[in-house]
Amino acid sequence: MPESQAIEVSHLTKKFGQQTVVNDLSFTVHRGEVFGLLGPNGAGKTTTLRMLTTLLKANAGQVKIFGHDTVKEGRLARSLFGVTGQYASIDEDISARENLMIFSRLNGLSRATSKQRTAELLKEFSLEHSADQALKNFSGGMRRRLDLAVSLITRPALVFLDEPTTGLDPRTRNQMWATIRQLVQQGSTIVLTTQYLEEADQLADRVAVIDHGRLVTMGTPAELKQQVGGTDLTFTVRRAQQVTQAVKLLATHVTGKIHTAGQQLSLRLSQINQLAQILDALAHAGIEVSQLSVHEPSLDDVFMKSTVGLN
Amino acid sequence: MDIQTHQGTLLTNTATMAYRNLLKTVHNPDRFMDVIVQPVMFMLLFGYLFGGAIAGGVHAYLPTIVPGILIQTMLSAASGSGSQIREDLDSGVFDRFKSLPMAHIAPLAGQLFADSLRLLLAAVTSLATGYVMGWRPVAGFGWVVVSGLLAIFMGWALSWLFVLLGLLAKRAATVQSFSMIMMMVLSFVSNAFVPLSSLSKPLRFIADLNPVTYVITAIRQILATGSWTPEALWVLVIGMAVVVIFAPIAVWMYDRN
Repeated sequence: MPESQAIEVSHLTKKFGQQTVVNDLSFTVHRGEVFGLLGPNGAGKTTTLRMLTTLLKANAGQVKIFGHDTVKEGRLARSLFGVTGQYASIDEDISARENLMIFSRLNGLSRATSKQRTAELLKEFSLEHSADQALKNFSGGMRRRLDLAVSLITRPALVFLDEPTTGLDPRTRNQMWATIRQLVQQGSTIVLTTQYLEEADQLADRVAVIDHGRLVTMGTPAELKQQVGGTDLTFTVRRAQQVTQAVKLLATHVTGKIHTAGQQLSLRLSQINQLAQILDALAHAGIEVSQLSVHEPSLDDVFMKSTVGLN
Repeated sequence: MDIQTHQGTLLTNTATMAYRNLLKTVHNPDRFMDVIVQPVMFMLLFGYLFGGAIAGGVHAYLPTIVPGILIQTMLSAASGSGSQIREDLDSGVFDRFKSLPMAHIAPLAGQLFADSLRLLLAAVTSLATGYVMGWRPVAGFGWVVVSGLLAIFMGWALSWLFVLLGLLAKRAATVQSFSMIMMMVLSFVSNAFVPLSSLSKPLRFIADLNPVTYVITAIRQILATGSWTPEALWVLVIGMAVVVIFAPIAVWMYDRN
């Protein structure tokens, strides 16, 4: 029997009243990859994640976690993943150690194993010094770390992270990224939702962009960027009287439109190696250029081009 | 390394959840207010303030007020269950519970178990305060325990009602204010603090319908006669009926939540 995929989602649909929030969504997450769910606010990311993690019942469609149907084999499926929500899902009124102990016990660990695992995780997430403090005194970063630690109690092969770095300062965000990369190295499969395109670009092997509950596009970050189109080249012509000459020259090299704004020229390259030819030609014609910049498409461009958003 | 897990049973999951609820209480001593401070305060306040006016003295008033405060305390402790469950459901931590491979009903069961310990604490505090103030029921200690247990059972049965309220309400504050009003009306428009004969006709009518009146009457009878009365049996049966009717509805609502 072939090894099952980490997640298989087929025709997943969720309606809240008249509104269809998730619309016929199908995708597969392979074992060991980081899968990013990208989309504007209200696109249905969290709703999708809630259905994948059995917190919400779908109106139609099916989700399989490592081959197990989340409806028919709910409890088994739930034992195979950890989840960290958008808002820290830990008990505010009790300490970090007590949180880890209680969730270890609820995960089915024996008392002794729970104690051991709690100690390990406190150490791993640098929470030892505040282990017995009330969570009220915890910073946002500490809360997230504890939250993630709780999700990793059973070392699940699959971890869901819902906007794991929203609201974190850059340092804490980098720590979180490092932790996520470490998880990947240990062989975990990760599904993360994010609004930060940089985050998806940094972490995700594959990205699915959703908008209005529909899958808009899916692929590796590189593939998606390629879909948006080529590289943008912008430069300034030193001498104003050479602008017309420069435009004529460029027209023999590229097919697209050449924009001029004063002495500034911008154009789109279909291939990056055109750059050398263009610079060569300009030098030959004695046209001096300055302030040259090359802009590769980013996931931002993918995002802007493929989604409309609610507003 | 793999982590050894076994699927917890409903019992171990419930025990863990009850432990969690008790820990929360220990960390937040203000949660003890309604089960310790309130009965002591009401007993002293009402006893010394109204005792003379209503019964001609504190000592003579105690057989009336001790069962009254006991049941009032049960009511307010039970009403805490509703806002507690709503608060829990609204917090992110409940999503975590739901995503764990544990018995689905354990959080609810754990809470009701922890609540029964709160009720026990409340009952002991109420009765002990009465003792300190000089209350010596003729029936003896054994029957005091019996009436205490009956009160706790009634409180526990009512907490199912409040849990259902908590599940139906949108916000914890709604549950709290509604519970407060219900608690006030039920405990004051009854025979808890004043003899029914002193009430005006419309108030008397309400007090006669009020289930709290029946529970208090039953408890006073047990303590006065030192025997299990038909009224006490009725209260027990009604309490069971409340559980039999409302517990499945609450569980069903909770399951859907």
